[in-house]
Amino acid sequence: MGSIWRTPAWRSIDRRAGRDIGLACLAVFVFGVSYGAIAVAGGLPLWVPAMLSVLVMAGSSELLFVGIVAAGGNPLAAALAGVLVNSRHLPYGLALPAGVAGRGWRAILGTHLMNDETVVFALAQDRAETRRAVFWTCGCGVLIAWPAGAVSGALLGGIVRNTSALGLDAVFPAMILALIFPALRDGGRRLRAAAIAGAGIALAGTACGLPAGLPVLLALAAVVVAC
Amino acid sequence: MLIAGILILAAGTYGFRAAGRLLQARVTFPPRVRKLLETAAMVLLAALVAVTALTQGHDAAGFARPAGVAVAGLLAWRKAPFLVIVLAAAGTTAALRLCGVT
Repeated sequence: MGSIWRTPAWRSIDRRAGRDIGLACLAVFVFGVSYGAIAVAGGLPLWVPAMLSVLVMAGSSELLFVGIVAAGGNPLAAALAGVLVNSRHLPYGLALPAGVAGRGWRAILGTHLMNDETVVFALAQDRAETRRAVFWTCGCGVLIAWPAGAVSGALLGGIVRNTSALGLDAVFPAMILALIFPALRDGGRRLRAAAIAGAGIALAGTACGLPAGLPVLLALAAVVVAC
Repeated sequence: MLIAGILILAAGTYGFRAAGRLLQARVTFPPRVRKLLETAAMVLLAALVAVTALTQGHDAAGFARPAGVAVAGLLAWRKAPFLVIVLAAAGTTAALRLCGVT
């Protein structure tokens, strides 16, 4: 991150984007709370969501892992299901322009910070410098907010029994929807058509009983709509 | 076994992240393909929203959560602030459940 602090690249983030990143991190924290609470409600010790949140840092796969293990499933099978869900990070890496996630040794951390939130924020920027600054600011924010939320939720889960009453399961889809909405609005009719077709494919795949993660991946076929 | 599962998930996830980056660094894409790759990322995110909003396992997610996310979509369309969108989604879902709607 050296260059970011030497040349104050983060100053290229305008106030609006900075505020949005802060709020996204807050939403990630809230989603983390629901995740941690679900994990301990399923009978898992606190260190499981804590360790996952730092080492995996991809919310929906962690929820799936915790759900399978809590239901008595094999942890290795749960891991494979989670890896399948996270295979969408490969196209994310392709979509991010070179250098956004850092070069050299910085790329080791930059690669880890690649997730739904950081990718959508970075892609929303026009200038390369701003993209990099936004990616790292959002990434570091999520790296703090997600584990902090998970641990808080695990602690809270011991007190509040029924966390679904708080409606926290709506936070993750609402957050991602809010983040992609500007791009969908300004991206033209073809992008919107592709996004809707992709959502339809993923829903159909899920309804057909395909393993979690696969339907979202199959949604990529909808990209042809945008060609 | 549990720790092994966590480590496999972490390594596999990192592997996919690294593979996309390494591939990207080795191949230079023409602008048209670049644009298509960005579209692919948006399509994946839209599919993720649909699945997490509307399904639970292989079944429908009931009414409360989809309604909350629908309110979020409406507010996003009206260009509401981010925090308002997220809180309204959770609030709508919570309120519906309070009224006995699942």
